[in-house]
Amino acid sequence: MPLVPFFKKINFLFLLIFALSILLLPLFIHTAYYLFVMNVIGLNIIVVVGLNLFIGYAGQISLGHAAFYGIGAYTSAILTTTYGFHPWISIGLAMFLTGSFACIIGVPTLKLRGSYLVMATLGFNIIIHIIMVQWETVTGGPDGFPGIPFLTVGGFAFDTDVKLYYLVWLFSFLSILVSLNLVDSRVGRALRALRSSEITANTLGVNTDKYKIKVFVLSAMFTSVAGSLYAHYLTFISPKTFDMFYSIKVVIMVIVGGLGSIWGPLFGCALFTILSELLSSISETLNIITYGLILMFIMMFLPEGVIVGLVEHYQRRKVRMLIETEKAEASD
Amino acid sequence: MEKMTFSHQVSQYVLTGLGSGSIYALIGIGFNIIHNATRIVNITQCAFVMLGGMLCISFFGFLHLPLFVSFFLAILSVTFIGAMVERGAIRPAKSKSILVLIFITIGAYEFMSGTAMLAWGPDPMTLPSFSGEKPLRVLGATLDPQYLWIFAITIVTVIILHLFFSRTVTGKAMRAVAANARAASLVGISVNRMTLISFALSGTVGAIAGVIITPITTASYHSGLMLGLKGFAAAVLGGYGNMFGAVVGGLILGILENLSAGLITSEYKNAIAFLILLLVLFFRSSGLLGEGEVERV
Repeated sequence: MPLVPFFKKINFLFLLIFALSILLLPLFIHTAYYLFVMNVIGLNIIVVVGLNLFIGYAGQISLGHAAFYGIGAYTSAILTTTYGFHPWISIGLAMFLTGSFACIIGVPTLKLRGSYLVMATLGFNIIIHIIMVQWETVTGGPDGFPGIPFLTVGGFAFDTDVKLYYLVWLFSFLSILVSLNLVDSRVGRALRALRSSEITANTLGVNTDKYKIKVFVLSAMFTSVAGSLYAHYLTFISPKTFDMFYSIKVVIMVIVGGLGSIWGPLFGCALFTILSELLSSISETLNIITYGLILMFIMMFLPEGVIVGLVEHYQRRKVRMLIETEKAEASD
Repeated sequence: MEKMTFSHQVSQYVLTGLGSGSIYALIGIGFNIIHNATRIVNITQCAFVMLGGMLCISFFGFLHLPLFVSFFLAILSVTFIGAMVERGAIRPAKSKSILVLIFITIGAYEFMSGTAMLAWGPDPMTLPSFSGEKPLRVLGATLDPQYLWIFAITIVTVIILHLFFSRTVTGKAMRAVAANARAASLVGISVNRMTLISFALSGTVGAIAGVIITPITTASYHSGLMLGLKGFAAAVLGGYGNMFGAVVGGLILGILENLSAGLITSEYKNAIAFLILLLVLFFRSSGLLGEGEVERV
């Protein structure tokens, strides 16, 4: 099959371009705010890449990823600040804790489908959010949790926007690498089989329940790492960041980029992060309205995602033009 | 100040629980109506609840119309808005995938709540109780008279809906679509029209819930969200798609929520509904009255 090496080459090329642009971009960005936006994009990419495995490849839906993001962030914050753990150890422990939560939630709910799965993950998100707000003695309550330490390696602290930029993007690069590898493996093929038809996959000997839970836990762990990095980056977290709207936002990023491709959601991620930063700098109210409208229109008219949708539109137009020129030639 | 005995406390929480439970039940019915027509979760249901309250406040407070005129005008307007959501957002959608349609309703919800914030500002507003503020004494509990209106209007609404679905041709046609949309269209029922009516009707029911709860909880641009999601929880708890399931689910949620908030801790009140829901989904995913969804191959 010449197709597979071709895709591998394309992916390798994309990875190279991606890595180079990450490395060089800070040379051109001097405004702290732009670097901040870039870092938010980087963090969102880690979440979106994990979520994409679950939505785009396994064909499931979760409206609860903000909870995993929050568990990652709060576990890191509490362990380092209150109990004096080393940040890297607490990131690992947060991952483990989030993974366990995902497993506990996933085993019973992933048997459900459609609306029930939406409701179960959303309900989980709401519960975790309320705990963050109400468990004031531990989480700091609605005022948030301040004073989280920066990450360090040896004596080197990641304490400026540029240093953090490289750290965050190193992690997003790694997350992309991991998911590219996974998608191209036995697991990836099993997931795609699961997405196109669960029953067929089952009859072919794919243990779909097991794969669904595994990929759910994996995506929750990705999200937890992003949450921990977020906490050590801003050094302050508050429950508002981890409400259901973040869950909705990351799902939108995956869908808009196009389901079942690694690179599409990255585009969706960048597009929507920049868009929501731009809009909220104008007006918070307009932000909600415009965001809602854009979401509606994209879902109505480009449901396969912006890139796929536009490419198809272009191809259809090309075919139409071809037919018309042939008609014109025939009538001549 | 007389001291409340334990049994008085319990009857207080049960009665107020029945009140919020009735609201969840009505909202849950709204979710069910649309689920039956389209199989989707219609998040705009939350906006219908909010808009019912806000529009009624506007008609009553700013246009100075009589309360009952405002009530009916608000409900009519939201019914129309419900129909607009179907015509403007659901029907033109290119993809009929459930996931895509759910996200269209999320977008529509955000659009509507943002517009409401622009129109009415961020602060909560309220309506007076329908018949005076003088509290009633019932079974040792002190009750806002608005609760009686909530009970009465909920019961009347459920009875009318039941008659509509069992006696009228349109109602029966909607049930046919719910049972099997393709077969229904083969016998000449317009599925599109039934979907339109479903959205309008769920707007009506949502708005009724939104108006009658406003004197107790106030309304603001985001007040519909928590109420709406609990209504959804009620629908799933009772068995998604089943009207009486939503009533049972709503009342159970309301009572348990108020009891545990009153007797154990009020801080986690909003979490309780969802905790119960998760437990039900874990152990009996078809809900209390549901028959279980048969997976079609």
